[in-house]
Amino acid sequence: METIWFAIVALMITAYVVLDGFDLGAGAIHFFVGKNSKERAGVLQAIGPVWDGNEVWLLAAGGTLYFAFPVLYSSAFSGFYLPLMIVLWLLIFRGIGIELRHQMDHPMWHSFWDFAFSVSSILLTIFFGAALGNVIRGVPLNADGYFFEPLWTDWRVGTQNGILDWYTVLTGVVSLTALSLHGASYLAVKTEDGMNERARKCVGISWYFLVAFTALSLIATVYARPQVLNNYRDYPIGWLVPAVVVGALAAIKYFHSKKSDKPMFISSAAYLVGMLVGAVFAVYPNVLPASTGDEYSLTIHNAAAGSYGLGVGLVWWIIGITIAVTYFVLLYRAFGGKIDLGSEH
Amino acid sequence: MDDALLLHRLHFAFTITYHYLFPQLTMGLAPLIVFFKTLFIWKGEERYNRAAFFLGKIFAIAFIFGVVTGIPMEFQFGTNWARFSRAVGGVIGQTLAMEGVFAFFLESAVLGVFLFGERKVGQRLHWLSSVLLFLGTWLSGYFIVATNAWMQHPVGYEQVGDGKFQLTSFWSLIFNPWAIYQYMHNMGGAFVTGSFAVAALGAFFLLSKKNVDFGKLFLRTGVVAALLGSVWMLFPSGDFQAKMVAKHQPITLAAMEGVFKTENGVGIVLVGQPNVHEQRIDNPIIVPNALSFMTYQRWDAELKGLDAYPKEDHPDNIALLYYAYHIMVGLGTIFIAIMIVAALQLWRGKLFGSNLLLWVLMLAFPLPFIANTAGWMTSELGRQPWLVYGLVRTTGGFSSTVSAGNALFTLLGFMGIYTLLSILYLFLMYRVIDNAGKYLAEEGE
Repeated sequence: METIWFAIVALMITAYVVLDGFDLGAGAIHFFVGKNSKERAGVLQAIGPVWDGNEVWLLAAGGTLYFAFPVLYSSAFSGFYLPLMIVLWLLIFRGIGIELRHQMDHPMWHSFWDFAFSVSSILLTIFFGAALGNVIRGVPLNADGYFFEPLWTDWRVGTQNGILDWYTVLTGVVSLTALSLHGASYLAVKTEDGMNERARKCVGISWYFLVAFTALSLIATVYARPQVLNNYRDYPIGWLVPAVVVGALAAIKYFHSKKSDKPMFISSAAYLVGMLVGAVFAVYPNVLPASTGDEYSLTIHNAAAGSYGLGVGLVWWIIGITIAVTYFVLLYRAFGGKIDLGSEH
Repeated sequence: MDDALLLHRLHFAFTITYHYLFPQLTMGLAPLIVFFKTLFIWKGEERYNRAAFFLGKIFAIAFIFGVVTGIPMEFQFGTNWARFSRAVGGVIGQTLAMEGVFAFFLESAVLGVFLFGERKVGQRLHWLSSVLLFLGTWLSGYFIVATNAWMQHPVGYEQVGDGKFQLTSFWSLIFNPWAIYQYMHNMGGAFVTGSFAVAALGAFFLLSKKNVDFGKLFLRTGVVAALLGSVWMLFPSGDFQAKMVAKHQPITLAAMEGVFKTENGVGIVLVGQPNVHEQRIDNPIIVPNALSFMTYQRWDAELKGLDAYPKEDHPDNIALLYYAYHIMVGLGTIFIAIMIVAALQLWRGKLFGSNLLLWVLMLAFPLPFIANTAGWMTSELGRQPWLVYGLVRTTGGFSSTVSAGNALFTLLGFMGIYTLLSILYLFLMYRVIDNAGKYLAEEGE
């Protein structure tokens, strides 16, 4: 039962990264793809009807984490206090940026919200990447299962971790690169002409960085936390996951050269899924590894809620998520196709 | 009081109070939007559709602010109240997760259709989107109320090792009687906010001699809705809620009514200042025996005062609790009075010409926000000194690893950001109302 909920939470987080990832990524390259105010309105038009629904995956995943693994939720959220609060502030700015830009027709109003949207998107991708890096590297849990990390300490990977050290900065950069590519390929699907070309160009450039950073981060992960290889050693089938990552990277390049945007976007989604599944597979059955010693790690067993609650939860979760997926299919169908520049709403 | 504890409490209180200014308006407007949209489908008159469209504009802005200020709430259970979340996450995590899965997905999916899809999906589906939006916002409200209700009156749980609680009955949690009564009262409160806002818009249009026809439509709808809502708040929902408090939290009742001493035939304090140190009400105006009668239907019934309970179980801010409660009840009474007069004048055909009454209706729109806030303060201060009534004390719930300095840092951060949000919100609302003529014009979008 705990393993099922571990998989469910991982699935929801993956859905969040793949879905909100493209609108965060679109924000990161907002000024690169949108060369004037009209085109930047186009970027927002492309994500406008769906970004809020995408972000709900974060809330739903957070809520699910809370109820299925209350110990993990309380420990991680209080331990990552400062970065989470900063994430909240960025989410506020980004949300109102997207929704308020079109409320008034004034160039300064547009410039301000374009800037807020792009900067908050960039910082969010980095923070989310760093957060994942923290989970993989482990945090200084004490005997009560709590910890508190300052934003940074000495930037080294040790037992006195800060949120940011060289390793988590690296995972943050991987996240920024991967989501920029993801967002660019989404925008390539949704746009035409000049914007489409620039979006594609952005995919082309970021691809090289992504390959380099991915390789670097995998080596760094093995160095920062050698235990990540344990599961791969015990269950060699896990090596399929890195194979998917490599395959997805190759596919992005291939479809980029073929100029087929949709398969390119799907390949980029496959890359993200592969990276996340690979991380989750390496961490399991831990949910929050301790850098202070394995005996302090939070696992699916010592962090989960009671079995009755998990059982009932499974019933309503399956019903609820089926309905939610139906909304998403309908929504993406309704707002499918290329955007029409200038016909804002 | 521990500095860190105080700051974590202020942190939650500040962010939740600010957040709830928006959902109470959206939850209150949603049924009125459905009302206008339904009238349009039924009667086929475009003006009803315009009215729904214009209120939709106001709804949309409040909704955005509700969403962005709501996200921090879900996080704060973990960031600031980690020990509480660890103890009870297995229970209240259920309702919070259900809110995300059932309500948030629904709202986010239909909001876009409602705001921008009218021409794309056709009128029937557009009507459906307004109904689903109403359903989504009210469903969201239920899950939050059910979460709070479990903290007020825990049911369907068992205690397991090291202070943790587990769910034993899903349906008890969902149909907690406290949740049902609290929901009736709370949603009535939101409806009062929404209907006062519509009435105030109508009064503004008439007084400024713009969009006069819509002004009359909004006034008729707003006044009737506000009258029904205001009466509902007193009876039956307020009465039910008070009986729940009397039954399950008698200490809270004593504190909010300002009853310090156990007596027979206790009167109800209308005005007066609680003097907690001397254990009495200063400068009181009292209706004799009324409280005994309202609680037990006997004029001379004995009512336990605060002195009947151990001091460590008293709410820790009796004066503020007392004021919050009295402000809520006082404003609620004023609402009924205003709306009875307005409805009477409406019926006699004299409302639209009565400038004085129109001014009153226009200026009254902030009051329900205050009443709703005071109501929630009554509920939350009244629950003290417990996080979960009788089970988890507030002193044992906050995140002990998050220092007072860090909590103050983020509290100040939120205060700064919310100041900015307030300016933006008022500015955007002003623009929407200023452009009302454009949105209400037949050709519109």
